[in-house]
Amino acid sequence: MSQNPARPMRDVFIETLCNRMVTNDAIWFLAADLGSPALDRMRQEFPDRFLNVGIAEQNLVNVAAGLALEGQTVYGYAIAPFIAMRAYEQVRVNLSISSQIRPVNVNLIGVGGGVSYQVSGPTHHCLEDLSIMRLLPNMTVFSPSDARLAEAFVDYTLAHRGPKYLRFDGKALPALYDHIAPELLEDGFCHLIEGEEVCLVATGYMTQRAVRVAKEKGVGVVDLFMLKPFNVDKLFTELSRYRHVITMEEGFTNAGGLDAAIGALLAQRRSTITMDRIGFNDSYVFDLGSRDSLHGLNDMDDAAVIAAVDNARRG
Amino acid sequence: MANKHRLADKSLWVRRETLRIHGLAPETRVASSLSAVELFVALHYAPIMAFDPANPRWEGRDRLIISKGHGSICYYPILADLGYFHPDELDKICQQGSFLGGIPDTIIPGYETINGSLGHGVGVACGMALALKARRSDATVFVMIGDGELNEGSIWEGFMFAAHHRLDNIVVILDNNGLCMLDRCERVLALEPLHTRFASFGWQCSRIDGHDLAEICDTLAACKSRRDGAPQMVIADTVKGKGVAALETDTLCHVKSLLGKELEAALEGLQ
Repeated sequence: MSQNPARPMRDVFIETLCNRMVTNDAIWFLAADLGSPALDRMRQEFPDRFLNVGIAEQNLVNVAAGLALEGQTVYGYAIAPFIAMRAYEQVRVNLSISSQIRPVNVNLIGVGGGVSYQVSGPTHHCLEDLSIMRLLPNMTVFSPSDARLAEAFVDYTLAHRGPKYLRFDGKALPALYDHIAPELLEDGFCHLIEGEEVCLVATGYMTQRAVRVAKEKGVGVVDLFMLKPFNVDKLFTELSRYRHVITMEEGFTNAGGLDAAIGALLAQRRSTITMDRIGFNDSYVFDLGSRDSLHGLNDMDDAAVIAAVDNARRG
Repeated sequence: MANKHRLADKSLWVRRETLRIHGLAPETRVASSLSAVELFVALHYAPIMAFDPANPRWEGRDRLIISKGHGSICYYPILADLGYFHPDELDKICQQGSFLGGIPDTIIPGYETINGSLGHGVGVACGMALALKARRSDATVFVMIGDGELNEGSIWEGFMFAAHHRLDNIVVILDNNGLCMLDRCERVLALEPLHTRFASFGWQCSRIDGHDLAEICDTLAACKSRRDGAPQMVIADTVKGKGVAALETDTLCHVKSLLGKELEAALEGLQ
């Protein structure tokens, strides 16, 4: 675990991408009128390949698809719910369906996953994206838990042709990783902490919470930062050390997200490992307050996770 | 003049072939395909477009995005005739193992994009046009759209983008056949004055008879060579079901299938 100062995923990602743009003139960056301090450099250095398409996510995806069909590598950048949902049918048709025949390297960056814009209400929360992006064939879904993962993913996006959804947290999160080996990205997960009996399988912001709880309770933590694809055999082997799994996501549960991925894996292997799921329960969040308080109201805070761990151990 | 007769003969042949394969697969949308016959014929036989059937992804080709995908089964016989695939494939339309479906996709040699969902083609064309300009290609991106498709908001996002970025290597052809599925477009969601609307969006706009081959050829050739900063719109006024009386007079012809004696009558009535 590192104690380095926290930086937003988007800034680290964009900064690294900007460096790649110096030598790779096939990289384009389309923003739907969303900024970032790191974007200022890109706008200045690459005015021909940085385009603010305006508040028009549907067209952003269409333009990205057209560029990619001509062999370009494209990054689309917008607030998470709008790139994931306003433009969903464009993503389905021009990225997911199209890529089965003519793969396009389009990388959609959704900023503000979960309730990371905690006071902006349900239009700006994004609790559906992991589910709806994961269900699209040919799509890669990346949900990093710290900025180092996000940074390392730049070269993955360049090397792996195909449509991808990147769910970035809106806030700077403490670093969880010291070093990211390329093989780790191919696995799609990291067994961050080894523990006893119970394993917290978390993604994105919730991995931060899982790590905190694990230190207190001595349970294991798996950070599933790639919801699709990930190395299912290897993950199942890791989970097989445990008796019980608790999935943790800042998204709706029982809706096809992280819990569905893990549940399907355990069911398919006829595993005896039992499972609980932590996340938002089929209800939007109108409450205001800190992220922790919103989690508390929805049985997702540290106390709720600890209670779930204790309950599993009693069982 | 000889060229004009040749194109007219080719259009008649395309209509006949379109009706024939529609007879093999009555679920195909025949009426909206018949309105666009002369437009496809001019593009490929005048020819307006540069293309290479032996190398469908030839770098120097002009791109054609058929945004009104469902209304393009008339393109199947053209692609076969040009050599993109064997003409025998036409007889397998919509059958197991065929790549010729009721709504065309990129599995068909010659098609650039996934089609069938409306309002996407102009935005995708914008991306292609940007990439072509970035590598200093002279290629033109043609887009065939329908008028009912103009109801989709996403297409207007594309129109704004193309004009703002001065994508004068885009030529959109509007097959303005006046009908969507349930009614006349004007009665569903009024589109006129089309010329004024496109001009106000920053497009160079012309309006032609979409069945007059000479006018189509002259206009499209001029569009292809004009590079003055503005994307170009050709409003081609057409008749849905053109050439088949039973379709031309039926407001609900979009979903009409010609079967048995109706199909025979349609084939006999072609001129």
